[in-house]
Amino acid sequence: MAQGALERPAARTASPRRRLVPERLLSPLILAPSVIALFVFVYGFIGLTFWVSLSNWKTPKRDLSLIQPLWETYHRLFTTTRFQIDIRNSIIFTIFFLIGSVGVGLLLAIALDQAIPARGLIRNVFLFPYALSFVVTGVAWRWIFNPDSGITLLMDHLGVNWLLARFGTGPIRVDWLISPRVLGDIPMPDAVKAQIGIPVALIPVIIAAVWQLSGFAMAMYLAGLGTISNDIREAAALDGASLYRTYRDIIIPLLKPITISVLIILGHISLKIFDLVFAMSGKGPGFATDVPGIFVFEQTFGANKYNLGAAASIVMLALIAVVIVPYLARSLREVER
Amino acid sequence: MSAVLRPLSSRPRRRLTGRRIILAAVLAIAILFYLMPMYVMVVSGLKDATDVSIDQMWSLPKSLSAGGFAEAWRQLSPNLGQSFLLVIPATIISSLLGAINGYLFSKWRFRGSEVIFALVLFGMFIPYQSILIPLVQFLNKIGLYGSIPGLIVVHVVYGIPITTLIFRNYFANIPYEIVEAARIDGAGLWQIFRQIMLPLSLPAFVVVGIFQFTNIWNEFLFGLTIITNPRQQPVTVALNNLSGSFSVSWNVVMAGAVIAALPTLIIYVLLGRFFIRGMLAGSMKG
Repeated sequence: MAQGALERPAARTASPRRRLVPERLLSPLILAPSVIALFVFVYGFIGLTFWVSLSNWKTPKRDLSLIQPLWETYHRLFTTTRFQIDIRNSIIFTIFFLIGSVGVGLLLAIALDQAIPARGLIRNVFLFPYALSFVVTGVAWRWIFNPDSGITLLMDHLGVNWLLARFGTGPIRVDWLISPRVLGDIPMPDAVKAQIGIPVALIPVIIAAVWQLSGFAMAMYLAGLGTISNDIREAAALDGASLYRTYRDIIIPLLKPITISVLIILGHISLKIFDLVFAMSGKGPGFATDVPGIFVFEQTFGANKYNLGAAASIVMLALIAVVIVPYLARSLREVER
Repeated sequence: MSAVLRPLSSRPRRRLTGRRIILAAVLAIAILFYLMPMYVMVVSGLKDATDVSIDQMWSLPKSLSAGGFAEAWRQLSPNLGQSFLLVIPATIISSLLGAINGYLFSKWRFRGSEVIFALVLFGMFIPYQSILIPLVQFLNKIGLYGSIPGLIVVHVVYGIPITTLIFRNYFANIPYEIVEAARIDGAGLWQIFRQIMLPLSLPAFVVVGIFQFTNIWNEFLFGLTIITNPRQQPVTVALNNLSGSFSVSWNVVMAGAVIAALPTLIIYVLLGRFFIRGMLAGSMKG
């Protein structure tokens, strides 16, 4: 399978020569400026943001005095209906986006694993959306899901609506992007003010995200399939296993490490999704497509509620850390072995 | 890595079986799905203002017109220039930094360097929302807020994790014996880097360069929050402004989307192989 990122470089021997600065110290010295800059920009700034989230700063005028009680802003955040909706959207988006991307990516990788003509060209078609900006994707898909054109119109052109009319049902009008409906209503404790279900307006955004990133999953799976030796396939064929069984029982289980990597990489992207939603639908009707990334942006730069925006961004960071830290730790441990 | 490009497994039989028909159908539907947005963008951009009524979205233009593209170019070209002013220096600086850091982290390790490296890596996963407030204040203090140089600094610093990672993995594959031999000949840390490692690392520079160019070109949040003057904003931000403006017709927006996407698309078409390598390296595996 693919090698770990943190391969262990060979050990070093002691320096035989004397220099102005001992070579032993040279490496950390040269690394210091960029590493310190990064640490300030990452850990220092996160620390400051955390401080802001505990402060009284909720007007354009900076006020870094601590709020009383200290958890006040976080309490307000979690009792705000809009933020509850955002967390719901983030989770729904992540689940369906991951299922879609992994499913489509695996399907395409397996299809491209067969003997087909123009394999490289077809692979590139599936991959090119990855090279685009989320803003470009959002702008294009916004028009494709425009209720008066796009998919609705395509239904007309393809005769689907004509067929539906024959059966006595009305034509399909794909107005998902402007729909405030939420499918389902899972019972929740009183503290949860958001309706827990699948917001219809989020579906087009999920489709656009799958369009853009399933190619990444496919490329990862293709790389993984390339490392599975033909002997395994041939042995399975000799044993009389069908192609379907070979994939289901042998190859897909062998690809499990790839699946885990794909889930973690795409999962953390979807937890911090911002550009795509911002360009495609914004908050959406009734916050149907609002996500924490947009909430933070609006509270901070729109409403000047710096402490509330900061608190929401710390929650985002915590959600992502839960996914990423074990992954980094595991990669590190693999190195130590 | 090159496994992505491995040749077809040799299967001699090419009968038109049911399985092959299903395979062809799946691929055909997928290809249509992936190309559809591109088709809509290009076709809309080629229509002129009289031809863009919304119920004609899927039809080819009646007469070829550069109408959408001409207007989109007029609106976006200043921002396109700003994007190049941002992306080129930021890509070059962050690639060089990554090369030095990656070299040191792989060939000149010291006590604690692995832990430091892991802490550096974490920086590429954080949501940038969580550092924006202090970042804006910091840039304000050093007088770079609202300017392209400020945005370059931001992209260079937050590019350190990914560029360091790709170069580190690349240099890890160069045998340590080469370094040892050079040291016996009396070469120091810098000499080994300049005379041995740099000449060997051209492929890594191409991968990192493409990766950073694409990432920074496509970036949106920093451009939106750090540059306030609409004339100076990067093209992704300008495209979003264009799309939200009611006075602009949608064929112009679609043409604008094509224009904003073109530089990274060209790189992808010309250097796709390296692009895929960067994308897999960016996932930390590969």
